[in-house]
Amino acid sequence: MSLPVVLKAEALSIGYSKKVIAPRLDLTLAAGELVCLLGQNGAGKSTLIRTLAGMQSPLNGRVLLMGDDVRRLDARTLAQRLSIVLTERVDVGALTVYDLVALGRYPYTDWTSRLQPDDQAAVVRALEAVGALDLAYRPVGELSDGERQKAMIARALAQEPALIILDEPTAFLDLPRRAEIMFLLRDLARASGRAILLSTHDLDLALRTADRVWLLAQGTLSDGAPEDLVLSGAFASAFQNEGVVFNTSEGAFHVERPQRTPIRLVGEGLQRVWTARALERAGYAVVDTSPDWVEVGAGVDGVRYRSLHGGSVRDYDTIYALIAGLRG
Amino acid sequence: MSEITLVRVQAAEQMIWSRRRMALTALMVGLIAAFAASLALGSVSIPLGDILTILRGGEGARASWTTIVMDFRLPKALTAALAGAALSVSGLLMQTLFRNPLADPYVLGISSGASLGVALVVLVTASAGVSLFSGLTLIGDAGLIVAASGGAALVMAVVALIARRVRQTMTLLIIGLMIGYMTGSLVSILMHFSIPDRIQAYVNWTFGTFGSVTWTQMPLFAVAILLGLLTAALVAKPLNAFLLGEAYARSMGVDVRRARIAILAAAAILAGAVTAFCGPIGFLGVAVPHLCRILLGTSDHRYLLPATAVLGAGLALIADVIAQVPGAQVVLPLNAITALIGAPIVLWVILSRRNLRETFSA
Repeated sequence: MSLPVVLKAEALSIGYSKKVIAPRLDLTLAAGELVCLLGQNGAGKSTLIRTLAGMQSPLNGRVLLMGDDVRRLDARTLAQRLSIVLTERVDVGALTVYDLVALGRYPYTDWTSRLQPDDQAAVVRALEAVGALDLAYRPVGELSDGERQKAMIARALAQEPALIILDEPTAFLDLPRRAEIMFLLRDLARASGRAILLSTHDLDLALRTADRVWLLAQGTLSDGAPEDLVLSGAFASAFQNEGVVFNTSEGAFHVERPQRTPIRLVGEGLQRVWTARALERAGYAVVDTSPDWVEVGAGVDGVRYRSLHGGSVRDYDTIYALIAGLRG
Repeated sequence: MSEITLVRVQAAEQMIWSRRRMALTALMVGLIAAFAASLALGSVSIPLGDILTILRGGEGARASWTTIVMDFRLPKALTAALAGAALSVSGLLMQTLFRNPLADPYVLGISSGASLGVALVVLVTASAGVSLFSGLTLIGDAGLIVAASGGAALVMAVVALIARRVRQTMTLLIIGLMIGYMTGSLVSILMHFSIPDRIQAYVNWTFGTFGSVTWTQMPLFAVAILLGLLTAALVAKPLNAFLLGEAYARSMGVDVRRARIAILAAAAILAGAVTAFCGPIGFLGVAVPHLCRILLGTSDHRYLLPATAVLGAGLALIADVIAQVPGAQVVLPLNAITALIGAPIVLWVILSRRNLRETFSA
C-alpha cells in the first residue's frame, strides 16, 4: 500500500529568467514522509523550495499540491494546505509564543482573527506536539534559538496543512538542538501524517532521520532512501570536491590527505574506535600489517596506550599524548 | 491533547484579554480627562461646571466663555484628538509595514511630502489671503487634503519601493531625511516665487497648530481621519501577519499586495489630512506606538490600534494644553512640545536596542 501523494512536480524546470538551475524534475511527496533536500551551496535548494511552495514561478512544468497547481490556488486555500518555516530569524515584536502559534490559524479565522474553540484546540495541539506547551506565555523575544525554532514549527503545524516546507530549519542551532529538531520533525511526520520537506546541510542527521533524500547537484536530482543514495554513489559524486571525499562505509566526509602513514592498531571496544579516529585525523592509515603499531587498553602496569614507533616502545595516558608522541 | 490543558490555556487567554481591556479603559478615562482639561485650561480658566452647561447649549457664568469654548476650544480639542489619533495610528502602520521601530510620518519624510502638496496649493494656487486658509472654499479645503495626502502617498510609495530593497533600519531613516531635504528645497524654490503674505502663512503653518480647523472644515477633516482609522481597523488582521514579515504573511494566506496598498493608503490619508490642516507635527507618530506596546505588553494590533489611537489623542490634547501655557498669554509652538515629549522616547528606543535592524518591538 502506498501513502497518498501530497505534492507532485511534473517536468518542473526551476531557475531564474536567465539561468536554468535544474530542468525537468519529476517529484512526488507522500503523506507522513520526511524528505531532506541536500546539496551544496548554490546547487539550487532554495530555488527548488521556493518553487514548490509557490513563492516563485517555475520556468516550465507545474507543481501540484493535492491535485491543484500551486500557482493557481488562492492564497487562503494554499495556506490551508501548505505552511512554511524560513531560515531567516524573524523578530516578531512583543508576542507570546501562544500569539505566534495562533497566527497559524490565520487562514481559518474571520476578519477579526478571533480564535474559536476549534482554533484554540489546534494551537494547543501544535504546542504540545513540539513540546512547547510550557513556553506558551513566554515572549518570543526571550526564547533561545532552539525554543524559537520549536515555536515556529508549532506555528506551521497550527496551520494544519498537508505539507510543511522548512528551509534550513537547523541552520542557527547548536548540535544537540539540531538533532532534537530533526528527530522532532521525523516524529511529527509519522504521527500527524503530514508530509515534511526540509533543506539542510546536516548530512549526518539527514541520513539518520529522512525517509527519503532529494540530492540536488549539477542540475539533477537523485531521489531515494538515504541508504540507496549512499550505495549508488550519488552522495560521493554530488559532494565531490577537491580535498574532501565521501566515505561510503561511514556515511561521512573526510578531508583527503595526499599521503598517509600506515600503522597497525591493537585493541578492542570503544577505546579502539576513538583511537582509530584520532590516528586518521593525525594522518595515519590504520592497516592490518605494519611494523609500527599502537596498542590500546592493555591494562598492563596501568598503561593505557602503548606504541612502537621509530624503533622504540613508549607509553601514554591519553590519546592526546599518544598523538603528540607519534608526531615527535 | 488533554481537555484540562485546553481549558487552562483558555482561562489564561481570558485573563490576558481582560487585563488588556482594563488598560484600554484606563486610557479612555485619561483621554476624557485630557479633553476636559483642554476645554477648561488656556489663557482663561473656565470651571468644568460651566463648560458642561455651555456644551449643553446653556450660558456660562460669563458671556465670553461661551464664545471661547464653542468657537475656539471645542474645535481645537476635537482637532487635537483626531490629529493625535491619526498621527499615532499612521506611525504604527508604518512601523509594522516597514518593520522599522523608528518609522513615522515625520521621520520617513511623509509629512514633507504632504508639506510639498500644501505648499503647491498655498504658495501657487490659493488666492492672495493673509491667513493660510481664509482664501479657501470648501472645495479648496478638500483640495488641500487631497494635495497633502497625495504628496504623502507619493513619498510613501517611494519609501515603500526603497524599503523592499533596503532592509537596514538606519538606511531607511537616512532616505527619509534626504526626501525631507529634497521636498524642503522644492518648497523654498516655490517660496522664492511667491508673495510675502503667503510665505508668512506657510511658515506659520510649519510650526504646527491644532487651532486652524474651523467648524465648517471640521466635517471634512473628521471624515477623512475616521476613514483612515476605519481602514486601519480593517487591516488589523493582516498587520499581525506582517509582524512575521512579508514571506510568512503570504504563506498564511494574506493577499500581500492588497493589504500593503490598504495599509499605505490609510497611513497616507491619516498623515496627509493632519498635515494639511495642522502642519507637520513631529514625534507623536513614532512615540505613541512604543508607549502602547510597553503599556499593553503586546504587538497584537487588535489591541495596539485602539490603544494607539486613544493614547495619541490624549497626548496631543496634553501637548496642546501645555503649548497654550494655562493662565498666561503666551502660546508656545506646538512642535516644540511634541518634540520634548517624543524625542526622549525615540532616544530610549535607540539606546535600548543592541541591534535596531533586528527588532521593532517594545
